[in-house]
Amino acid sequence: MSTSGADKIGRKRKITTAMLLLPATAWYAVLLLMPLVFIIVFSFGERGPAGGYVPAFTLENYMNLPTRSKAFFNTMTLAPIGTIACLLIAFPLAYYLALVVKKRYRNLLLVLVIVPFWTSLLVRTYAWIFILSGQGLPKLLGMFGLEGIRMINTPGAVLIGIIYIYLPLMVFPIYVSLEKLDTRLLEASSDLGAPPFRTFLQVTLPLSIPGIATGSMMVFILLMGEFIIPQMLGGGKVYFIGNALVDVFLQSRNWPFGAAFAATLVAIMLFTITVYMRFMAKLSGGREDVSVM
Amino acid sequence: MGNNGRRGSISEKEFMEHLESYRKGSISRRHFLGVTGLGTAMMTVAGAGLLTRPAFAAEDLGNRLNFATWPNYMDEANIAAFTEATGVHVNVSVFGSNEEMLAKLQAGGTGWDVFVPTNYTISTYADLDLIEEIDLSRVPNFNAATNNTKFTAEGSYKGKVYTVPKDWGTTGYVVNTAHTRDDMTSWKEFWDTAVNEYSGRAIVHDYQLTAIGNALKYFGYSFNSVDPAELADAEKLMIEAKPHLFAVTSDYQPGMRSGDAWMSMCWTGDAVQLQRDIPTMQYVLGKEGGEIWSDFYAIPKGAPHLAAAYAFINFMQDPAVNAKEGIAHGYPLIDSRAIDLLPDELKNSPILYPAAELMNPLEFGAAVSLTSPERAELMARFKAA
Repeated sequence: MSTSGADKIGRKRKITTAMLLLPATAWYAVLLLMPLVFIIVFSFGERGPAGGYVPAFTLENYMNLPTRSKAFFNTMTLAPIGTIACLLIAFPLAYYLALVVKKRYRNLLLVLVIVPFWTSLLVRTYAWIFILSGQGLPKLLGMFGLEGIRMINTPGAVLIGIIYIYLPLMVFPIYVSLEKLDTRLLEASSDLGAPPFRTFLQVTLPLSIPGIATGSMMVFILLMGEFIIPQMLGGGKVYFIGNALVDVFLQSRNWPFGAAFAATLVAIMLFTITVYMRFMAKLSGGREDVSVM
Repeated sequence: MGNNGRRGSISEKEFMEHLESYRKGSISRRHFLGVTGLGTAMMTVAGAGLLTRPAFAAEDLGNRLNFATWPNYMDEANIAAFTEATGVHVNVSVFGSNEEMLAKLQAGGTGWDVFVPTNYTISTYADLDLIEEIDLSRVPNFNAATNNTKFTAEGSYKGKVYTVPKDWGTTGYVVNTAHTRDDMTSWKEFWDTAVNEYSGRAIVHDYQLTAIGNALKYFGYSFNSVDPAELADAEKLMIEAKPHLFAVTSDYQPGMRSGDAWMSMCWTGDAVQLQRDIPTMQYVLGKEGGEIWSDFYAIPKGAPHLAAAYAFINFMQDPAVNAKEGIAHGYPLIDSRAIDLLPDELKNSPILYPAAELMNPLEFGAAVSLTSPERAELMARFKAA
């Protein structure tokens, strides 16, 4: 009697679980897996006479990818540099917000970090066009004798735009992990004679690794697909994989080549993220709370 | 939101919701101004004299129209007047190239009611069954007799009318003579100076038709060439120029206005707009030739608001409305009734109406230039270089 009762409860629980997971499963199946299958199938096809897709089986699209090596190179350099720069700027800020600032100011400062999100990314990036163009910062620097500095349409301009737009995405996860930090551990470390720098390296930093891992992943993943910032601040001269994708679909109308591009990007991302997560897990001593998100 | 919505008084909550939608880009600025009442004053002023047309009362137009066009290419007051007269809100989206418009229409589900294709795309759209044949009886304001057939002919294909004319223009380049020579005359000079004295100061269109076409003109080839050897020459020229360019973009007014760029490939209307504000801007048509083009209003197959689409196109053919368009965008018009209403400075402008010896070598874009995979791939390599 008791076993069949437990069975019944167990079965009921299984059904409940399945029901609860159904929306998410359907969502991912229809909006993630199905498009991915289409992309992979398309990537072996051929471009139609006026563009689009004609079924075929050819590896030519993948063979053509090296003609866009500059896009891969630009993305694979500026995305990690942008992520690291965001991390270096965000960490001290998050530390200050979580551990230093007086509590009554904290919420106000956190809101200030979010405020830029209230304005469209396009508008904010357009503002940077004017700041970095000849009538903006370079003119100001000219007044101090630094003549002829070109900022707009350079990799540096794109990097500035990237850091500006993505910084809050790095600040918040790190803030959350530092805010949870048990400050008694810091006191203990200090009581046991560790100087502040050592406490930071051996207590604070390892405990904030989940936040660093999450923030870096979010910034890096989004950066790999970025195309608006390089388009606007790079003036068509700093070309990302995202720009190549947009061009292949919207200008060349070469869906199979675009699909090969997208599939390759997904493969690169999976590889990079796996390696990165392994590394972060090792760094945090095999703790279980270090995961992608 | 009831009847109040369109006239202005809406609650704070509704206002915030609309502001949010506007910010996210799901509604246009025009619609936002319309429903929140912020635009009402402007509309009323702009709409005077063009309101209440009995023709609109005959059928239900709905309250929405999706219009795909080009940057800096219309008189906002005209759009507002149309909304005021018909209750139809115009949702404007702006595109950078015909290729992009074609890509969107091929993919399907654009929801566009009216769009603005250029002459060389019409036959492809018709062959792919992507545009409606125009029923001219529903465009009574259009008068075939007063429209220049040199351009209207480009909007028909295999004896069927697919479009109603908008305006025409040329593709040359603009130089800011505050920084450059003022005696430039050719595409050869454009590309040669771009890699020498004006290195870091020149802009090339992010648009295969004109970027490649004007590189072909450097060698004296046809603007529309798809000959592999000629395209290879053009590609070499473009890729060697790439590191010297200020930008590859079709949004070249900001760069030219800030003084960062001194020279840019340029369409008639942008040259007019730039010269209006900065008198040292000079428009040059390459003596080797280049592009002459005309733009049209067309209706995509399956337009969700067909009646409103016809009402809109008909409204734009009104000579007074058309003339206002011409003044705003600075491109030459095709309908002589509207041209008569233009101020003399536009009627006599050498930017709008270049000398015959400059006009003669110009070519209309060809359908093959739109669909050629070689040209598409060349442009992509140039951008990725």
